[in-house]
Amino acid sequence: MQAKQLSVFIENREGRLDEVLAVIKSAGVNILSLSLADTSEYGLLRLIVSNPAAADAALKANGFSSMLTGVLVVRLDNKVGSLQDFLGILAKENINLEYMYGLTIENGGKASLVIKASDLEKAASILLSAGAELLSNEDIAKL
Amino acid sequence: MIWSKNETLPRSEIEAIQLERLQETVHRVYEKVLPYRKKMDEAGVKPDDIKTLKDLAKLPFTTKADLRDNYPFGLFAVPRNELVRVHASSGTTGKPTVVGYTKNDLDMWTECVSRIAAMGGATADDMAQICFGYGMFTGALGLHYGLENIGATIVPSSTGNSEKQIMFMKDFETTLLVATPSYALRLAEVATQMGVDIKKDLKVRIALVGSELLTDAMRKEMHKVWGENCLVTSNYGMSELMGPGVSGECEYLNGMHINEDYFIPEIINSETGEVLPIGEKGELVVTCIKKEALPLIRYRTKDVTRLMYEPCKCGRTTCRMENLDGRTDDMLKIRGVNVFPSQIEEVLLHTEGIGPHYEIIVTREGHADKLEIRVELLKATDDYKELKAIENAIRSKLRVVLGLDAKISLVSPNTLQRFEGKAKRVKDLRDKEGV
Repeated sequence: MQAKQLSVFIENREGRLDEVLAVIKSAGVNILSLSLADTSEYGLLRLIVSNPAAADAALKANGFSSMLTGVLVVRLDNKVGSLQDFLGILAKENINLEYMYGLTIENGGKASLVIKASDLEKAASILLSAGAELLSNEDIAKL
Repeated sequence: MIWSKNETLPRSEIEAIQLERLQETVHRVYEKVLPYRKKMDEAGVKPDDIKTLKDLAKLPFTTKADLRDNYPFGLFAVPRNELVRVHASSGTTGKPTVVGYTKNDLDMWTECVSRIAAMGGATADDMAQICFGYGMFTGALGLHYGLENIGATIVPSSTGNSEKQIMFMKDFETTLLVATPSYALRLAEVATQMGVDIKKDLKVRIALVGSELLTDAMRKEMHKVWGENCLVTSNYGMSELMGPGVSGECEYLNGMHINEDYFIPEIINSETGEVLPIGEKGELVVTCIKKEALPLIRYRTKDVTRLMYEPCKCGRTTCRMENLDGRTDDMLKIRGVNVFPSQIEEVLLHTEGIGPHYEIIVTREGHADKLEIRVELLKATDDYKELKAIENAIRSKLRVVLGLDAKISLVSPNTLQRFEGKAKRVKDLRDKEGV
């Protein structure tokens, strides 16, 4: 089960991130998590949002290069070692992780992560058969 | 359609007209324009020394500096009351260059532009939208009168307010567009943003582009957005010589036909000033042989081209000038390498994933020139490797074409400046006083 992530190209310039956030805000879309790496020239802003399609359309209409990408959102027990357990399963199956960032830590002792892997479908089925909980965008919105 | 029989004369007849008009013009400027008389006296040449067209090479050159030094009307060959119009160049540095027209000059200008427009496919049935800035700039009014003379319907929409331009284009069913190539591409961008399907909702079948280089790659881009069937021709002129109407492409796109009964072209080595043999590439020098108010002799255009005298398939016998490579004054010297912005443009327009707009920035760090090129990323991606691949593709192609390494900066779509007139895409930030 894949979730949709919004990927937006932004050059490293003052105010640019703010412009993206303003467009998403005016589309009435809530941002649940984001990741932006530290590069000198430009970056890819990756976001998990309440309504990815609406945010993507609004960004495109405002001239941004944006797209929807499939990612896995894994819900884990918030305890020592649970992340390594899961990643170990993927490593054993030769699945490479391209990037990963945190989504949320719930009061109930669960934590969710966004994972982009080389072969998403295979990664999803491996994780599911290992008993992992994968979240859809609808699930995420309810967290 | 061929507008005038003078475009199809045998070479001997063209040359006979040229010689007669040249002799008349040289006599007139010698008598009436003091700076010309001085220059000719210094060069030791008298009007009667011009016995054949080859003798043209004896005459001194005229440059933009001459116009500036004699600002505003010092080179004019007619009294003030015979002038019916003046125009001026944008003049990015110092005083603008001012040009003037008599009633006959305007008629001649109209005739020249009508020929060029007819070459580019214009007819009385066309709805011609002129997206050049109206005002002191010669482009808009030149095309305006030339097209009106053909019988086309003029929409003098000028530049700016691109949404409204598209609305007119749709509602009036504009068939002919006059613009700089970069503004024509900008208009297409705006149309698409407005949800207008250019190929279905608009009827533009002809684009007469000028005032800026039209590279092959740019022409391809024009076809991509305005449709394969849109006839895109470039035309050439400059206010000092008259304005648009000096030369233009016919449907065979085989160089720009020069209105030779009004202008004599020469190609020179821009460093030595020596006239180059036919077919060689160099700086274009033009002599106006029928103008009354401002008949410039051997005007150095700084544009680089070559001349072709073989008759064209279209039936015209007039000399053609190859589409421009660049201007000698646009040429950048970067780490000792001569670079024309058009070479960079060619590379960019052939690269996937990026848009047609760009900015060239030259700086100096220590003793080394740095070349940076900013382009807009059109392709959406989630992969840094893909961004690097686009950068590397541009860099390696530039290394082949220019032999230079450049820094490529990808920026978001619609963030680089758009131009409605002549595009200014080069920023040379090197300290001229420096090393």
